[in-house]
Amino acid sequence: MRIFTETGRFLLMLRGMFSKPENAKVYWKEFMHQCSDIGIGSLGIVMIISFFIGAVSALQTAYQLVSPIIPKSTIAQIVRDTVILEFAPTLVCIVLAGVVGSKIASELGNMRVSEQIDALEIMGINTKSYLVMPKIVAALVTIPMLVVIAGTLGILGGRIAGVSTGIMSAADFHKGLLGNFLPYNVFFALVKAYVFAFIISSIPAYFGYHVQGGALEIGRAGTKAVVVSCILILFADYIISALLL
Amino acid sequence: MIEIKNLKKAFGDKTVIKDVSVVMESGKCNLIIGSSGSGKTVFMKCLVGLFEPDSGEILYGGQNFTVMNDEQRKELRQQIGMLFQGSALFDSMTVEQNIMFPLDMFTKLSFREKLNRVNEVLEQVEMKDVNRKFPAEISGGMKKRVGIARAVVLNPKYLFCDEPNSGLDPQTSLVIDKLIQDLTIKYNITTVVNTHDMNSVMETGDHIIYMYQGEKEWEGSNKEIIFSKSQKLNDFIFASEFLKDAKDMRMLEAKGKIDNDRNMDELLKD
Ligand SMILES: Nc1ncnc2c1ncn2[C@@H]1O[C@H](COP(=O)(O)OP(=O)(O)O)[C@@H](O)[C@H]1O
Ligand SMILES: [Mg+2]
Repeated sequence: MRIFTETGRFLLMLRGMFSKPENAKVYWKEFMHQCSDIGIGSLGIVMIISFFIGAVSALQTAYQLVSPIIPKSTIAQIVRDTVILEFAPTLVCIVLAGVVGSKIASELGNMRVSEQIDALEIMGINTKSYLVMPKIVAALVTIPMLVVIAGTLGILGGRIAGVSTGIMSAADFHKGLLGNFLPYNVFFALVKAYVFAFIISSIPAYFGYHVQGGALEIGRAGTKAVVVSCILILFADYIISALLL
Repeated sequence: MIEIKNLKKAFGDKTVIKDVSVVMESGKCNLIIGSSGSGKTVFMKCLVGLFEPDSGEILYGGQNFTVMNDEQRKELRQQIGMLFQGSALFDSMTVEQNIMFPLDMFTKLSFREKLNRVNEVLEQVEMKDVNRKFPAEISGGMKKRVGIARAVVLNPKYLFCDEPNSGLDPQTSLVIDKLIQDLTIKYNITTVVNTHDMNSVMETGDHIIYMYQGEKEWEGSNKEIIFSKSQKLNDFIFASEFLKDAKDMRMLEAKGKIDNDRNMDELLKD
């Protein structure tokens, strides 16, 4: 039963976001601020994890492909496809659900508990559009960019790991990288990135915006936001894969 | 002027506001007093629409707030300023940005003009050299002042203050009360103040509403309050022996039996 009320409230929050901004300039400033918070703020962690994931997947693929009949370049091909199809969008977004999601939930939760949201409402500002909308739009703009960067760095990590450990030559890697490349996979990765970006921003915003109580509840909302976003990301991952592949 | 007619509000099966009718007058500090949990905050939040009342009417200068749609409310709210119990300053902004925020949102002034206005209200609340400080870096009393400055920066017609002196020492409390009263009179604002601070009641209570468990138990001025016959009100206001004595003195004084301007040196000289 509760899931229906919560879903209803979630949809109402989304609908409430759409109203004429009281002042477009202030909204734009808030949007840019969120872009820098969400995008630049998590760039470091995204770069580190994607690089190592690419490197590890190159080593593990090489470890599993022991047959001499399979050319070395296949390793590069497998690294490329797993990074683009799964690691860059899904894994990065799971991490971002933790980084960005908990930040959004605790920021809004704190604003709710300390009556800052009420203060904005009293001024005559639609807080759903002013606080929630810029976060969702900023996530939709920056997270797909992060996923593209993650994909590139993941492949680069695979190359550096593969070549430096002597598993294969740089020429082998390039051959594999360019062989049988399907541009559709990139499209697929981006579709996932947009869907996940929406989940990562809207779910924590929902939990943060509706916090009731005090500091304890803010923490609880943060945890709940991350858990629910992660589950929804994996669920959406399955659905999108079933539909598009 | 705000007219409140038969306001009711319940949370679940717990009735918090039971049929309250009252008129908040302009140019006056209308004080709502009552013990913790008597429903003052809920009442105030109903007036400004942060809670939806279950029934009753709220008229702002004759306009019925209860039936307004979101757009109309947004319009009206630009004439409302509110000081929250915890000040509710935006943590991510400096004092200056906090006060400038309503100006950014609702005016087309240049940065210079906005800055001038910010400094003007900061001066009104007697604050200096705090423009660049963050809320976490200033004291509770200063936060309240900044909260007041932000609430009045757009020249509101209506000002709501929820416990403006909770957590402040008696002296700072009085300064804040005086500030609210001065602004109210100077700009003819309809001010509603929630308080359980007896100093403010006696100093600034032109119009006092005593709430007891969600009901309006008594209404009058600070001149009348010492003569009130309501037992509940007396128990609440004159809770300590000290205050009971003070009340007796005031009553005697009012009846001309004591001259309060008497020379203390004379009296103490046994
Ligand atoms: N959001 C809420 N949900 C349920 N009950 C509430 C809510 N807010 C306040 N109450 C109840 O209403 C009563 C009055 O609270 P309040 O108006 O905050 O008192 P005070 O006079 O101290 O400001 C309290 O008993 C409180 O438990
Ligand atoms: Mg209260």
